[in-house]
Amino acid sequence: MRWLLSLPLAFIGLIAQSVALAMSQIWANKVRSILTTLGIIIGVASVTAVVAALSGLKAKVMSDIETFGTNRIFIWPRWPDSGPKKNASWRVIRFLPEQFEGLLDECPSVKAFTRVAGTNESVRYAEKALESAQVVGIEPAWHEIESRPVIWGRPFSAVDMLQRRAVCLVDPMLRDKLGMDRDPVGSFLTIGYRTFRVVGVVEPRPSMSMIGGGARGEDYEVFIPFQTFYQIRGEPWFQVMAASRSPKVSDEAKAEITFFLRRTRNLKPGEPDTFRVLTVESEVRTFLTIAGRFTIVAAGVVGISLLVGGIGIMNIMLVSVSERTREIGLRKAVGATNAAILTQFLVEAVVLCCVGGLFGLGLGQVLTTAIARIPAANLDQAYIPAWAVLMSFGFSALVGIFFGMFPAAKAARLDPIEALRHE
Amino acid sequence: MATGPKIIIRLHAVKRIYKVGTERIHALDGLDLEVRENEYVAVMGQSGSGKSTLMNLIGCLDCATSGTYELDGQDVTTMSPAALAQVRNQKIGFVFQSFELLPRADALHNVELPLVYSRHPVWSRRKLAMEALTRVGLAERVDHRPNQLSGGEKQRVAVARALINHPSILLADEPTGNLDSKTSREILALFDRLHDEGQTIIMVTHESDVACHAQRIVRMLDGKVVSDLPTEQDPAYAYRNGGQRL
Repeated sequence: MRWLLSLPLAFIGLIAQSVALAMSQIWANKVRSILTTLGIIIGVASVTAVVAALSGLKAKVMSDIETFGTNRIFIWPRWPDSGPKKNASWRVIRFLPEQFEGLLDECPSVKAFTRVAGTNESVRYAEKALESAQVVGIEPAWHEIESRPVIWGRPFSAVDMLQRRAVCLVDPMLRDKLGMDRDPVGSFLTIGYRTFRVVGVVEPRPSMSMIGGGARGEDYEVFIPFQTFYQIRGEPWFQVMAASRSPKVSDEAKAEITFFLRRTRNLKPGEPDTFRVLTVESEVRTFLTIAGRFTIVAAGVVGISLLVGGIGIMNIMLVSVSERTREIGLRKAVGATNAAILTQFLVEAVVLCCVGGLFGLGLGQVLTTAIARIPAANLDQAYIPAWAVLMSFGFSALVGIFFGMFPAAKAARLDPIEALRHE
Repeated sequence: MATGPKIIIRLHAVKRIYKVGTERIHALDGLDLEVRENEYVAVMGQSGSGKSTLMNLIGCLDCATSGTYELDGQDVTTMSPAALAQVRNQKIGFVFQSFELLPRADALHNVELPLVYSRHPVWSRRKLAMEALTRVGLAERVDHRPNQLSGGEKQRVAVARALINHPSILLADEPTGNLDSKTSREILALFDRLHDEGQTIIMVTHESDVACHAQRIVRMLDGKVVSDLPTEQDPAYAYRNGGQRL
């Protein structure tokens, strides 16, 4: 019973001893060990830095998408790739407002939708004028879908829409640019050559660095009721923005909308769609898949340097075995089994690699911190995920086992008599 | 010789044949040898006589091509390499001509080395190593590294290492070969004392002076024992006796 217990203990003891021995060997050959593990250090450092940069990029894009809303759905008319409507006039392809009547009743997964049309016009207030501002025709649901509520005054009412009133909402940038009051409600703007009464101020567009085109900066926006826009511009091309009840039902919402629109746009069975429905959710999924694959490929490519580092380890271990041939002979003479010698040298290789891995992780952290500070690289969220730490450490150990096996086996196979005679 | 102390080593018709290319070299050619407990045996012979092969065989570093070898009542001829390692660890204490100390370890750790390969818990090793070093009179120098020790001290550390597991035999291969005459005498005095304490010793040497410390001298030639006499009857003793001793 006691020896049964002592067997695993003896094994643990052997490993612990081998680790201690390996540490003292590494310490005794500091310069050589550092040079040898340089391959591993650089390998692990670059793997972790690349993974950290990609994780940072992903985190950045994801947080942008969070503010953007993952339940958003875009719908716009599009020429089909085949069928009779392939070369149809834009008048045939474009949406008509009535094609969306009753959409909410028939698409239970859709929470809200708004028709959106836009153009550029000059805007004038008193003596000040803007050459070009974005004029956007929207419906009240737009505020909820875009997460940009009215922060001053009121949104468009049903009456504004129905009667196609000449009212408008402005964004704070346009208001300040034209030198209007902080509370511009009640003042009049001239858009194009029509006069609109300001009824409210819309929350400014969130600044998003990666998506949404916020980088244009000089984006002065003025919003008018969609119906008003539609009438003024004479039945223009427009698109639709919707929101599903939750990101989870985005696929259902897309199917419902497609089914609904095919009916209202009189598409026959088998005829290709003349519109496109795009959910942000599916785009996110695609992005995550691509980012994941890219991370794996990048980590794999950089991982090759770990293999190169492993060859260095194998080389130095062979040197070590040859240098310590007499020691191996002696150890065998005083009772070391082949397994004990194998363990000793294998553990030494693994410890060497793990020490390299540790230094590599440190260097990787330094690189990551440096990457995060590169201005305008959008990588300020770069971090080394836990799995990357575990993976590079585990991989270092594996490299140690793999490349340490051959020298260790060589040491274990040495004939003690020959070894003790070795010069 | 029928009764007396128990037989520790019994070699019977042992052959060891090396193949070098197509040639077969009979390093040991049908050798018989018995060594009893607490004997002090010197093995002499010219180089190529097979004495090193004999030592390697007795030390379980090598295996006989044919014949049997019983060590301490156990037949070791058919043992696995791992079992032989265990036997070396427990029953054999090696002392080499060139000491074979680990250069980076101090005396204490050098002496502890065999315990690493026996199931001794770490905490008891230090005590055992201290005991062994005290036995060879080096208790003062436990923390010295080999390069801080004289040749005689190095060999005494090696003897302490050989003794640490209380082996059945102390196997010494030219233990004084790298030492000057003064330190040689010290080491031989140590061997004499260990022998008095009950240790069985087998020593390979080509120096008659050294061999005369043993009780029995075995002379080898061409892989065979050609003479196996108590020291007093060996020519070496007679020569030496005629010279200076007594």
